[in-house]
Amino acid sequence: MSTATIRAGAILPGRGGMGGALSDAFWRNPKLLLFVMLTPPLLWLGIIYLGSLFALLIQSFFSIDEFSGLVVREFTLKTYGELLRPSNLDIIVRTVTMAGLVTIASAIIAFPIAYYAARYAKGRWKAVFYLGVMLPLWSSYLVKVYAWKLILAKEGILTWIFDKLHLTFLIEGWLSLPVVGGNSLSVSLTGTFLVFVYVWLPFMILPVQAALERVPGNLLEASADLGASPRQTFTNVLLPLALPGIIAGSIFTFSLTLGDYIIPQIIGTSHRFIGMAVYAHQGTAGNIPLAAAFTVVPVVIMGIYLWLAKRAGAFNAL
Amino acid sequence: MPYAVSFQQVSRHFGTVRAVDAVDLEVEAGEFFAMLGPSGSGKTTCLRLIAGFEQPTAGHIEIFGETAEGVPPYRRNVNTVFQDYALFPHLNVADNVAYGQMIRGVAKAERLRDAEAALEMVKLPGYGARKPGQLSGGQRQRVALARALVNKPKVLLLDEPLGALDLKLREQMQEELKALQRALGITFVFVTHDQGEALSMADRIAVFNEGRIMQTGTPEEIYRRPKTRFVADFVGSSNVLSPDLTRQLGGPAEWSSLRPEDIRLGAGGGHEAQVTGTSFLGSATRVTLELAGEKLTVLLPAGSDVPAPGATVRFSWEPSALHLMGTEA
Repeated sequence: MSTATIRAGAILPGRGGMGGALSDAFWRNPKLLLFVMLTPPLLWLGIIYLGSLFALLIQSFFSIDEFSGLVVREFTLKTYGELLRPSNLDIIVRTVTMAGLVTIASAIIAFPIAYYAARYAKGRWKAVFYLGVMLPLWSSYLVKVYAWKLILAKEGILTWIFDKLHLTFLIEGWLSLPVVGGNSLSVSLTGTFLVFVYVWLPFMILPVQAALERVPGNLLEASADLGASPRQTFTNVLLPLALPGIIAGSIFTFSLTLGDYIIPQIIGTSHRFIGMAVYAHQGTAGNIPLAAAFTVVPVVIMGIYLWLAKRAGAFNAL
Repeated sequence: MPYAVSFQQVSRHFGTVRAVDAVDLEVEAGEFFAMLGPSGSGKTTCLRLIAGFEQPTAGHIEIFGETAEGVPPYRRNVNTVFQDYALFPHLNVADNVAYGQMIRGVAKAERLRDAEAALEMVKLPGYGARKPGQLSGGQRQRVALARALVNKPKVLLLDEPLGALDLKLREQMQEELKALQRALGITFVFVTHDQGEALSMADRIAVFNEGRIMQTGTPEEIYRRPKTRFVADFVGSSNVLSPDLTRQLGGPAEWSSLRPEDIRLGAGGGHEAQVTGTSFLGSATRVTLELAGEKLTVLLPAGSDVPAPGATVRFSWEPSALHLMGTEA
């Protein structure tokens, strides 16, 4: 035993100084520490973020004077009526359908990858998995989108591969279809869809992988033990337990697609998406109320989506 | 009548590790069979081979006379009670118990009725609406048991099912399991590392060590006439005496075992040894003796005179208590 410990009493003296007094005060009153740490972010979130959302909501109830182009600061539902005009409704339907399809495709592609990573990948392979999923997120979003424009272009590598395989008729056949077709993949809704799926896929894989990681392996064994084939185990055990992760991932893929205005502008048709409409209305058109009303649409859709998911029992396993 | 389970030279290797190594095993139909051994001795792997979660590297497995290797778990009429119960957290208790029948397509009303009956059998009537997370460890254990038994399996496998329960609950469950097994007549194969549990519950025991079966027999045989030093030491912590010491104590130059409770102290005659320690166990007192450099454990019944550490005592035993195990090391 060192002499220092022998000399020490049962209670050590205070550390002294501001730091010491502060540590003691925080220790005696843990709520004070919580208050000090949480107040700045809560103020930020409450005033800057929620405040502007609220301002947005109010804006959407204003309208624009068609003659002068000025915002009339009187509460009216006129702007929402405008939102329901066929041309605007068309934008909403197109965006929501795209977001839904992107989400479903992402979930289908993500599940096997996430399952492999959660159940089989060990050590170095796990690191390879995380790197593989995250690496695309490290490079600029714009770079990736323009890279895809080249890949999907008529002179791009995809057409070249199909040509070498003598399968060009497949691409041409697909492009001749209405709605999803176009002059080339890079100017079709199919191209928009492919790039959306590529860009948002990591946001689906990671939560699904986290959910699957929490499913104990012996539950799958128990299911097989009770007579369930792998397929029955998937529907009755694996899928319900992975559902919170799939929902979490779909919130990302769905809302990111709902709000994006860059991808459909670079890759796709001249038909607009909600994000592009918001961008156009608040910018050149100067129709802030309509832009605000467009912005409220994804918020409402996400609210309905989460409510339905909860009712369907998606969060029961949490 | 074929054996409920039979292993012929079954091995299961994981890389270079021989988890199960050329095991021969026969479990009779309707018996309560325990697989006893320390962790890593291969007993759980054997259980998983019967359930179908593992496939043998070599050898042949039969369940009621039918070849089992290559058959997936979901095609075996065998059910398992898992060590940590493995109840489905997203289903309530009734749906957990009814899972097997739901998979087989039994109508909802019928399977829920069967589930309630099974819950009654394990003394949890009316618990069907709860979620597994709302149950205590002992209750979860009973649900896991009901979930397996409701399918009326040919063999019920239990993987250390009582390991997570406290002592009192464990003793109660031991008796209930035994009674349940008698009433249902289903073959139970039970894995445990607790020799007391195996001795009190099983009709027959296989003692495992390092992937092999050391000895198979009734609890009485295993306890009274261990074949090897490992069995003597592991089952009931017997005193294992070297050939040298056995000879000094008047026997032949062979390994031998002497049960702690078979040794008497202070009764004149016999041999002399030094007391190195005592510990009070409640129903008995354990006294450690040292003799010719070897340790000897004595279990004194409650109420006996307990010698002080450091004292020299005389000890003796009935000649029949010294069990000889041959000269092999």
